Amino acid sequence: MNTMPAGSQRARSKSLADWPPIILNLVAFAFGVAVWWAITAAKLVVLPGPVDVFQRGIELIMSGQLLIDILSSLRRVLTGFLLGVALAIPVGFLMGWYRVARALIEPYIQFFRMIPPLAVIPLAIVTMGIDEAPKVFVIFLASFLSCVVATYQGVISVDRTLINAARVLGAKDRVIFPRIIIPASTPFILVGVRIGLGSAWATVVAAELIAAQSGLGFRMQQAQLYYDLPTIFVSLISIGILGLLMDRLVQAAERRLTQWQERV
Amino acid sequence: MTPSQITDPKISFQNVSRRFGAGDSSFLALDRLSLDIADGEFVTVVGPSGCGKSTAMNIAAGLTDVSDGRVLVDGKSVDGPGPERGVIFQQYALFPWLTVRQNVEFGLRIKGMPAAERRRVSDHFINLVGLSDFADALPKTLSGGMKQRCAIARAYAVNPSILLMDEPFGALDALTRVNMQDQLLDTWTRERRTVIFITHDVDEAVYLANRVIVMAARPGRLHDIIPVDLPYPRTEEIRLSQKFADIRNRVWHAVYHQKPQIEPSIQEEEH
Ligand SMILES: Nc1ncnc2c1ncn2[C@@H]1O[C@H](COP(=O)(O)OP(=O)(O)OP(=O)(O)O)[C@@H](O)[C@H]1O
Ligand SMILES: [Mg+2]
Repeated sequence: MNTMPAGSQRARSKSLADWPPIILNLVAFAFGVAVWWAITAAKLVVLPGPVDVFQRGIELIMSGQLLIDILSSLRRVLTGFLLGVALAIPVGFLMGWYRVARALIEPYIQFFRMIPPLAVIPLAIVTMGIDEAPKVFVIFLASFLSCVVATYQGVISVDRTLINAARVLGAKDRVIFPRIIIPASTPFILVGVRIGLGSAWATVVAAELIAAQSGLGFRMQQAQLYYDLPTIFVSLISIGILGLLMDRLVQAAERRLTQWQERV
Repeated sequence: MTPSQITDPKISFQNVSRRFGAGDSSFLALDRLSLDIADGEFVTVVGPSGCGKSTAMNIAAGLTDVSDGRVLVDGKSVDGPGPERGVIFQQYALFPWLTVRQNVEFGLRIKGMPAAERRRVSDHFINLVGLSDFADALPKTLSGGMKQRCAIARAYAVNPSILLMDEPFGALDALTRVNMQDQLLDTWTRERRTVIFITHDVDEAVYLANRVIVMAARPGRLHDIIPVDLPYPRTEEIRLSQKFADIRNRVWHAVYHQKPQIEPSIQEEEH
């Protein structure tokens, strides 16, 4: 009864599936822009259209403003993120390897995980002043918390038989740790790094909205005061693109470092 | 059948008991196992699931403690793993981030063997198990049989005088399994080791062994020891012979028609 429609549907989706994904991506993108343009051109909403936003984007690039904003946001994110990861990995290993360390540290981690990092900003500003320190600290906190949990989950889920296999080959703890525990938990750690970078990026923008004199978030906050919608759009799009690029970068590193994993 | 026939045993289980858990819920996994294994002997261990085969092997490997009794290797009491005892696990346990060669060299590296010598040793054993073409492959690209061969090469490379193998061929199909048995015996005749080999397969147990150790469950204990009076090298001809069939029947009966223990309650209360 439904062989006909099913058959024709399969034929249609097959021809679509034959297209390279990049083409499909571009089609979807063009479609989105077209919808955006149609809605704004018809004045259905009070928003700038793609053309306005594109023009403002060119202006901001030409004046160098956009680059300055991007660089100051990126600098904050990378400083906080690298510090966070640099601390999270050893602490995560400590928690995974030593029961005592886990019992001592875990309550704090679980507690602070429940506080949105942005909620720490008022305290950070009061105690650290209004320059870079409070923002970097908040980003540090955000990336530390998401990465530390992933790391210690990774350590505790290392296959016991791999540890035993190393022991019967003569490995002692100080060999097992670098040679078995670290590589075996790398996939988990990299997932944590990826989540950490995502939350760091989300946090920096929000932190700049609250307290900053530069950066993409600050630019949006300024634009909001002057009802400058195109600038807000340019900032939003930049935030999205940069976030995507960073995620892809970590993903590529992840794939390289864990190519030994069996993937289904 | 009496252990005392063996003078200077390579491995000696002496009244080894192992209890898991404490109090009322504790469980006697191994009850006073005594067994001597001669140097260069190949013994296989069969018995129903849960009879303590793995427990006994892990104790000999130094990965599990005894509750009572002791295991002697070369006359010395076992205290933790040692390089003279190689272990081959059912789940292969290859390090997935290392290539075949790096896996085989793992134990040599720990010993601090120089790179050139390491290379020579790993070449030798990779060749011995027929993986030369895959020396630089990651484990994920190998079949089950190849993984197990790599694990065997890795265990051999550190030159242990004892090999402990816990159902190493359990996950393999019947054909690969027979191949692996022949290869293992071939390797064993060329590089003589003392082997304890656990299996569920009665055929495999008889085909490989000098002696088949049959265990019984609840509590895990020694049930019978059946000598396999067949010459090496073992061939297909031997596998299909009447004598093989007779021994096989004997082992089969010992495994599948075990009389229930006469006084299990008294046994339990003794501990
Ligand atoms: N770590 C442990 N904690 C509690 N009980 C255990 C533990 N290890 C083994 N046991 C119990 O000890 C008994 C013997 O286990 P063992 O693994 O030695 O059996 P086995 O003869 O190897 O069985 P199989 O043929 O299924 O592998 C089982 O009943 C098992 O439940
Ligand atoms: Mg077992």
